[in-house]
Amino acid sequence: MTTPHKKLVLGTAFLASVVLVAGLTGCNKPAAPVAAPPPAGFTPKQMADGLFAVMSSDRAVYTKNVVARLQNDEKVIKASEHWKDEKALPLPAQMFRMGAEAVAEKNPGFTYGLLSLWPINKQNTPKTDAEKTGLKFVSDSGGKTNYYAEETLGGKKYFTAVYADVAVSKACVSCHNGHKDSPRTDFKLEDVMGGVVIRLPL
Amino acid sequence: MTAYLTYRWRGPDRTAFLPGPTSHGHYQIELACNACHTPWMGVKEKACLDCHSAELKLANDSHPKSKFTDPRNADRLKVLAADNCLTCHKEHVPERTRAMGVMLPDDYCYRCHQETVKERSSHKNYAFNSCATAGCHNYHDNTALYEDFLVKHLDEPKTKSAPRVASRALLAFLNESERWPRKSALTAAKHDAPASARADKETLHAWETTSHARAGVNCSDCHLVPDAQSKMKSWSDKLDHTACAACHKDEVGGFLAGKHGMRLAQGLPPMQPVLARQPMKREAAHRELGCTSCHGSHEFDSRRAAVESCLACHNDSHSLAYKNSPHFALWEAEVKGGAPAGSGVSCATCHLPRQKSATDSVPRVLVDHNQNANLRPNEKMVRSVCLDCHGLGFTLDALADPALVHTNFIGRPARHVESLDLAARRLLETQSKQTKP
Repeated sequence: MTTPHKKLVLGTAFLASVVLVAGLTGCNKPAAPVAAPPPAGFTPKQMADGLFAVMSSDRAVYTKNVVARLQNDEKVIKASEHWKDEKALPLPAQMFRMGAEAVAEKNPGFTYGLLSLWPINKQNTPKTDAEKTGLKFVSDSGGKTNYYAEETLGGKKYFTAVYADVAVSKACVSCHNGHKDSPRTDFKLEDVMGGVVIRLPL
Repeated sequence: MTAYLTYRWRGPDRTAFLPGPTSHGHYQIELACNACHTPWMGVKEKACLDCHSAELKLANDSHPKSKFTDPRNADRLKVLAADNCLTCHKEHVPERTRAMGVMLPDDYCYRCHQETVKERSSHKNYAFNSCATAGCHNYHDNTALYEDFLVKHLDEPKTKSAPRVASRALLAFLNESERWPRKSALTAAKHDAPASARADKETLHAWETTSHARAGVNCSDCHLVPDAQSKMKSWSDKLDHTACAACHKDEVGGFLAGKHGMRLAQGLPPMQPVLARQPMKREAAHRELGCTSCHGSHEFDSRRAAVESCLACHNDSHSLAYKNSPHFALWEAEVKGGAPAGSGVSCATCHLPRQKSATDSVPRVLVDHNQNANLRPNEKMVRSVCLDCHGLGFTLDALADPALVHTNFIGRPARHVESLDLAARRLLETQSKQTKP
């Protein structure tokens, strides 16, 4: 595990420069000298943690308040892997992946995905060293500790963060344990089933 | 030389600048260089997706670009740059272009999916150049081939009982939709064509018997055309597809996306059979394709458009065999009133299929006028067409038999696709594992 040193300067600096430009060009009064703000921004770790907070919250809300409620509690509609064909709700993991693909299409500079040491789809097996180590690390820690590393892929350097993906509802457990392609069938509630991997370019 | 080249570039015929013949997919628009190229003859990054993104989305593309832009796939991109359409599909290189416009050798799946043979013992005897053969897998569209879909359609009969295609039920849709207010039906006496248009009795009768007249669509609704600049409307005798698009936007959109209208979509003169690479009837050689070339200009007979209009131009073996096929026998029985509506199978039944759709959130059945959308690979036809009447097993076998396609399905499939057998076997294995204590 390594600690990043570089600062990822984001919105604050941009906003400061916008304010500065507006101040210089937008007023009739002579522009008063504006002191340059001190460098500000997020570290890659803070940025990744923030992104994960949004992702995991959305995921938990969808799992509990949409899928578990409508499928398991109120029995209004099913959630299915083949949600389009079966006119059902997308599974929480699919919802997450669809979001990740939609983000990738917008090319915002960072990527994220859902991987597992026991994936139903083999394409979601950890591939890079950081993924392999990170998924094992968060699983061994029972989801209590995140994993951060720097890695070089395709000649580019990335800050890679791995967060535990925990079974938050019975639906997660029963689906994975009962799926014909699942390599592990003894998951229990609150088990670490995989991990969210977020990559930021350095 | 420079003057000559400048003349050729600015003129209507730019063939001198073609670096080589284009594929069957693009030859019609090969002179619309700008459709794909940047001003200095680079390839536009979005050129492919500008035309094909909608169908890829509809097919739930198994290999979208977004899957490969993830840095974790950087090693795979070195083996196969699957984030770029041009890695597999290049143009102007006929000597390297094969079926589906793919240039790679047939074993391209192996580059990323080597583990399949290890993980699936059922696949160990299959060569990697057979993955994408008919009936098994496709690179983009697997909506009719994924395992659970196969399982859902195991043990289906060759032909379903009382097979029917969906009714268009246009009137019911119009009644529900708010976009087109209801108007009273019109007769020839109530036509509003100006005297200068010299509407003859025959034309008025043709119009009077159409659903246009029944829905209150008068002459001026189509023939008053807005000027491109002033937007002032004036009468026009000659209409093009834009007049139809005022009401039939989805149908015209499909027409422009397919082989019949793609030249118009690129600002080229209309397609003519003489320009086609497939065999066409000599007498139809210079017919210009637009809405009225198939539908007629006033009668708008959808039955004629569904068979006779096609056969008036197409002269290939599949088309020529149609009238001896069991599909045509069903069509003839329906047309003659001896069989229920929707039981006949016309050219359009398969090639311009009826799709469940929605306009302004009102459900409808729409005829997809992009006759290319389900043509290649032909498994794309499975869900949109064949399963309306046939079981999946028979369908995959029939589509995998080129000779049977050639004769327009006269006879029985001589090939068997094993994918349903494999799915059934795996289902049994899974069930037996789950029942073990």
